[in-house]
Amino acid sequence: MSVMKKIMIFGAASAIASETAKCFAKEGADLFLVDLNLDRLNTVKNDILVTGGKANIEVMAFDATNFEGHNDLINSAIEKMGGLDALLIAHGTLPSQEKLNQNPKDIVREFNINGLSVISLASFAANYFEEKKSGCIAAISSVAGDRGRQSNYIYGSAKGSISIFMSGLRNRLSKSGVNVLTIKPGFVNTPMTVDMPKNLLYASPQKVGELIFKAMKSGKDIAYTPGFWRLVMFIIRHIPEGIFKKLSL
Amino acid sequence: MNLDSYSSWGRYPKIKPKDAKRVFWINEFPNLEEIEGNILPYGLGKSYGDSCLNENGTLIDLSGLNKFISFNEETGLLRCEAGVTLATILDYFVPRGWFLSVTPGTKFITVGGAIGNDVHGKNHHKMGTFGCHVTQFELLRSNGTRTICSPEQNSELFSATIGGLGLTGIITWAEFYLKPCPSAFFAMESVKFGSVKEFFEINEASDKDYDYSVSWVDCSAGGNNLGRGLYTRGNHASPKDYNLPPLPKPGLIPFPFDAPFINNLSVIAFCMLYYNKQFTKKEASIVHYNPFFYPLDAVDGWNKAYGKNGFLQYQFVVPFGNDEYTVNTILREVVKSGMSSFLTVLKTFGNIKSPGMLSFPRPGITLATDFRFDGEKTLKELAKLDEIVKFAGGILYPAKDARMSGKDFFDFYPEANEFVKYIDPKFSSSFWRRVNSN
Ligand SMILES: Cc1cc2nc3c(=O)[nH]c(=O)nc-3n(C[C@H](O)[C@H](O)[C@H](O)COP(=O)(O)OP(=O)(O)OC[C@H]3O[C@@H](n4cnc5c(N)ncnc54)[C@H](O)[C@@H]3O)c2cc1C
Ligand SMILES: NC(=O)c1ccc[n+]([C@@H]2O[C@H](COP(=O)([O-])OP(=O)(O)OC[C@H]3O[C@@H](n4cnc5c(N)ncnc54)[C@H](OP(=O)(O)O)[C@@H]3O)[C@@H](O)[C@H]2O)c1
Repeated sequence: MSVMKKIMIFGAASAIASETAKCFAKEGADLFLVDLNLDRLNTVKNDILVTGGKANIEVMAFDATNFEGHNDLINSAIEKMGGLDALLIAHGTLPSQEKLNQNPKDIVREFNINGLSVISLASFAANYFEEKKSGCIAAISSVAGDRGRQSNYIYGSAKGSISIFMSGLRNRLSKSGVNVLTIKPGFVNTPMTVDMPKNLLYASPQKVGELIFKAMKSGKDIAYTPGFWRLVMFIIRHIPEGIFKKLSL
Repeated sequence: MNLDSYSSWGRYPKIKPKDAKRVFWINEFPNLEEIEGNILPYGLGKSYGDSCLNENGTLIDLSGLNKFISFNEETGLLRCEAGVTLATILDYFVPRGWFLSVTPGTKFITVGGAIGNDVHGKNHHKMGTFGCHVTQFELLRSNGTRTICSPEQNSELFSATIGGLGLTGIITWAEFYLKPCPSAFFAMESVKFGSVKEFFEINEASDKDYDYSVSWVDCSAGGNNLGRGLYTRGNHASPKDYNLPPLPKPGLIPFPFDAPFINNLSVIAFCMLYYNKQFTKKEASIVHYNPFFYPLDAVDGWNKAYGKNGFLQYQFVVPFGNDEYTVNTILREVVKSGMSSFLTVLKTFGNIKSPGMLSFPRPGITLATDFRFDGEKTLKELAKLDEIVKFAGGILYPAKDARMSGKDFFDFYPEANEFVKYIDPKFSSSFWRRVNSN
């Protein structure tokens, strides 16, 4: 279990990451929270303070696709917080695959949000942590990134790109003692999935947020959240392509 | 949007809204005026009947509005968004020494829902209703205005909204007092009684010394055993006085499928076992707040045990005086019908008055019992009970109702004639249309 006292979170207003933030704050960590909307961030900040954080909490509105700003933002967080112990990247969108099929020009934007911005942010942070020789870089990928399905393969391929990137980064940073954690949630009941019919496989953001917190502290490499998805995805990944392509998934 | 999940706890009546809008951010409500047709706030649908339903209308689902806003460590004053659940409050605050001032028999309800029905719990005789501890809330009306309501500010709207069945507007956040608690545990005593008369005797001897009390009544037993049951009473357990056990691990058992497990046979078997599980007259134990307040919450979705047709709960309060006679008459009728289930509870309400205009609790004795829905037969049976309740000057609880007549509702709640002034013109519910049409 590593000590994590200074945490930066992208997508901090997300249902999932805001729960993870609460867990860290309850333990006495200071937080630097980034998301698109400042009003939402302040709502999240109050929630964290009431539920037990006596922490210092900085909030910052920032669009993750502002690639030019990545380096400065991370540096200013490091400066404001007097260093960083962990970075969690959790922002994302779930575009309608059908709409993207009709308007392929929107694919670039979706890929930038869900794939490239994460890769870029983690890369800037990696240089800092590599030098520091400790810490944790965690990013939320998805079970959707384990295999392409017709219902959401743009989202899925962007998430898949994160998984592969993180695997490479882990390989690079393992010798520096930096933990690189790929998080793969299954279905979670959040604003992102509000329009989808719910079933027993759905987990609450509280539960998933807490599992992420635990995974970050334990130094895991890959965390399916909840854990049963590891088995589900193992099976899905091993269905032969000839059969898989005919399934309506 | 998946609309199937927007049912009520009794799963009767089977009606659907035409749309539901889930709100996640307190400052980002949809424009209510632009929604076609009428609207109704919805918490977690733990009301039994149709007061949280809006057939062919739109539900505004507030369960995503789940952030805390502020807490005063000295006074216990908590402010949170309306969709925060009582379960979440307990999770965060019991470890810090604070408990809900009032809680119903399930913790999976929202703060907005607790106010909308002005819910009561096992400590009504000491603490009144949930609404008694509310200091203020913000009410969003369909014209977009947000009004602070408190006993001092917009006090009529404050009263109308507490127990106001969601008809006066949407509570966006509320502020209320928690009460100090010495631990997560309760010192509980369970006493067997053989009749309603004995229940009253035990109750009289308990009310002063015990903060919490409720009784389970065996509704399968007639004759000499009529009105037998278990009286449970308790107080917060302080580590100073008791050896407290370790905290239990959390976990829910989901109820897996729709199956009519509850039939006459299983009810009788359950009641026999439950009544006789306790050999001695009196048993004492130290229990965690979960089994103490929320034994039913342990099985997620237990309402499915009644099968696809769903069930009704019948809850009334009759004033002290003829109460023993009334309760006996009703129990006799219920046992004779053979239609009720094992969930029958009896409790006395105290005389702490709620600020709520349409609040249900009032001094007297309240009985709640479940009936699986068997069509006309069930409705006829309940209509019989209505007559007994009315004769005794009693009233029914809208939060549990799917069938009382409009005339009865307005007779039970004459304040409703004043209440209508505060209804938001855009708001309505299946319950409200029903009691205004028959
Ligand atoms: C197992 C079990 C035990 C129970 N025990 C008790 C008990 O002991 N005592 C008791 O009093 N009740 C009890 N109940 C009933 C339950 O506590 C109430 O029906 C409660 O109001 C349900 O809250 P909810 O959040 O699910 O709200 P819903 O059922 O969704 O809504 C309840 C009402 O409040 C309105 N409402 C919801 N949110 C808002 C808001 N934000 N603003 C304005 N109006 C709103 C709705 O329109 C509706 O009229 C029990 C229920 C169950 C299932
Ligand atoms: N919910 C699931 O079932 C599920 C499953 C697997 C993985 N995930 C992943 O888990 C993470 C959290 O998801 P969630 O369900 O909790 O989602 P959520 O509550 O919808 O939160 C997503 C957050 O990301 C923000 N965001 C979107 N675009 C952004 C941008 N360009 N720059 C900065 N922030 C941006 C959103 O802001 P706005 O709302 O203001 O746009 C929102 O606050 C996401 O990465 C998601 O892909 C979710």
